[in-house]
Amino acid sequence: MPQTIAEKILQNHTREEVRPGRIVRCRVDMVLANDITAPLAIKSFRAMGAERVFDRDRVALVCDHFTPNKDIDSAEQVKTVRQFAEAMGVTHYYEGGNVGVEHALLPEQGIVGPGDVVVGADSHTCTYGGLGAFATGMGSTDIAAAMALGETWFKVPPSIRVELYGTPQPHVSAKDYMLRLIGEIGVAGALYKALEFGGPAVEALSVEGRMTMANMAIEAGGKVGLFAVDDKTVAYARRAGRSGNQVMAPDAGAEYERVVDIHVDDMSPQVACPHLPDNVRAVDEVAGLRIDQAVIGSCTNGRIEDMRVAAAVLKGRRVADRVRCIVLPATPSIWKQALKEGLIEIFMDAGCVVGPATCGPCLGGHMGILAGGERAIATTNRNFKGRMGSLESEVYLSNPAVAAASAVVGEIVHPSHL
Amino acid sequence: MKVQGKAHVVGDHIDTDAIIPARFLVTTDPAELGAKCMEGLEADWVSRVNQNDIMVAGENFGCGSSREHAPISILGAGIPVVVAKSFARIFYRNGFNMGLVLLEVGEDIAKLRDGDQLEVDTARGAIRNLTTGEFVQCIPVPPFMQEILDAGGLVPYARQRLSA
Repeated sequence: MPQTIAEKILQNHTREEVRPGRIVRCRVDMVLANDITAPLAIKSFRAMGAERVFDRDRVALVCDHFTPNKDIDSAEQVKTVRQFAEAMGVTHYYEGGNVGVEHALLPEQGIVGPGDVVVGADSHTCTYGGLGAFATGMGSTDIAAAMALGETWFKVPPSIRVELYGTPQPHVSAKDYMLRLIGEIGVAGALYKALEFGGPAVEALSVEGRMTMANMAIEAGGKVGLFAVDDKTVAYARRAGRSGNQVMAPDAGAEYERVVDIHVDDMSPQVACPHLPDNVRAVDEVAGLRIDQAVIGSCTNGRIEDMRVAAAVLKGRRVADRVRCIVLPATPSIWKQALKEGLIEIFMDAGCVVGPATCGPCLGGHMGILAGGERAIATTNRNFKGRMGSLESEVYLSNPAVAAASAVVGEIVHPSHL
Repeated sequence: MKVQGKAHVVGDHIDTDAIIPARFLVTTDPAELGAKCMEGLEADWVSRVNQNDIMVAGENFGCGSSREHAPISILGAGIPVVVAKSFARIFYRNGFNMGLVLLEVGEDIAKLRDGDQLEVDTARGAIRNLTTGEFVQCIPVPPFMQEILDAGGLVPYARQRLSA
């Protein structure tokens, strides 16, 4: 029977027959948790009576959410994770100078890659679908079981095929494609389903851009957001130090529950307005709204090409006087590359705050919390009520060019109108 | 298990940042998390809840982050059952794993109103609205998930597997 990408990858990880709606037990290639979710996973792991992780090379613990530790309680949580990593001999433990935002870090390090099944105690684990990995978020106890057993169960999802056509206008990128899709199908539009992306506009995207799109599959309720593995993906994986990765595409005649066509030619930069990611408008419809803060970073848009886009807008310009523009390159190597390319200097000259690799403000953790009545534009992935701070604050989601341009003007603006 | 309590209705697409905002995720303690349940929806929401009350939600309840602190905080607030039109996927698994009873009822959710007195038979997935006399039957749980429930949750289930 012809298979979708989701079905193919799952079938490679189980002896049971993979078919939508069936529950199958699958081997996992990588299991991850962070400084918020690992402490609970460790509690459950111990309660299960587990003594060791199934494979010390296939567990990743990334302390990226409240780090550098924001207070005593978060420091205690990281201590718990560190001690567990030491006791289990976990190879991939990250904290301090080697830590990056998990979903930017693990692909870059080759720890996850094409064809893998990855489960993580973080909802944005779906990011690795950009590499052609079946990757999905779960809670801490599911992750504890996967760390102990090396397997988990999935209800095989039916797939929705998303075809993207055309060539984008300047300042329109992967983020805009994804916001447009979420606006069209809604925050529950892919609930319990796999999104599978294809078409000429997707083939033209970098692997980083594909990860930006896959990252927000969960914002449509999706289990995974999958891309075919092509030559670009294989080259990316090779640069990350992996070998033996092969191209992979869905079979002709694979069954889809629905096909959604998106044409990008006439698309404007998109903005998701408060308080749900499907409340999407063209940027010009919300232009002129004053902002207090811009955040450029996160597992959605904190990669080197995002830094380049933001720097191209900010070069030779100044952030508006009463606006905080916070730039957080997502990993140490992205930070270093941005430094080498002179991007950090551009950010500093423009009056940005350039911070360490952390999830920080995206989830209202630290390093950029909003007061009541304040409004932010952010390249992050969620704009739920109170997500970045006060219940009376607002978050607008956009691509890095729009966020950077808005920081300069002090209000939401199309970058072409600078 | 039979649970009787007052219905507290919340809306559609209630995300886990509403259930328990990230700033409170510096603990794994159920009582501490329970004291802040739904704090991202409304300050001091939890003060209206009595032990064994029931949360009644719309579509896609528990969307967003994978934080297991969300079902733990609901349980910690004294709420053993959530009835919803539908649940977000990660939250659904987490609820089962934590022993929070989740009943999906689809369009019948309209039969349950804020403040109604409800009686829930969790084993049969049956809800009696004692205020209106109406009856709601929930959509059955997949057999594999029932196995996990029968084992007492994922922790005992995994313990059995590890010692086998």
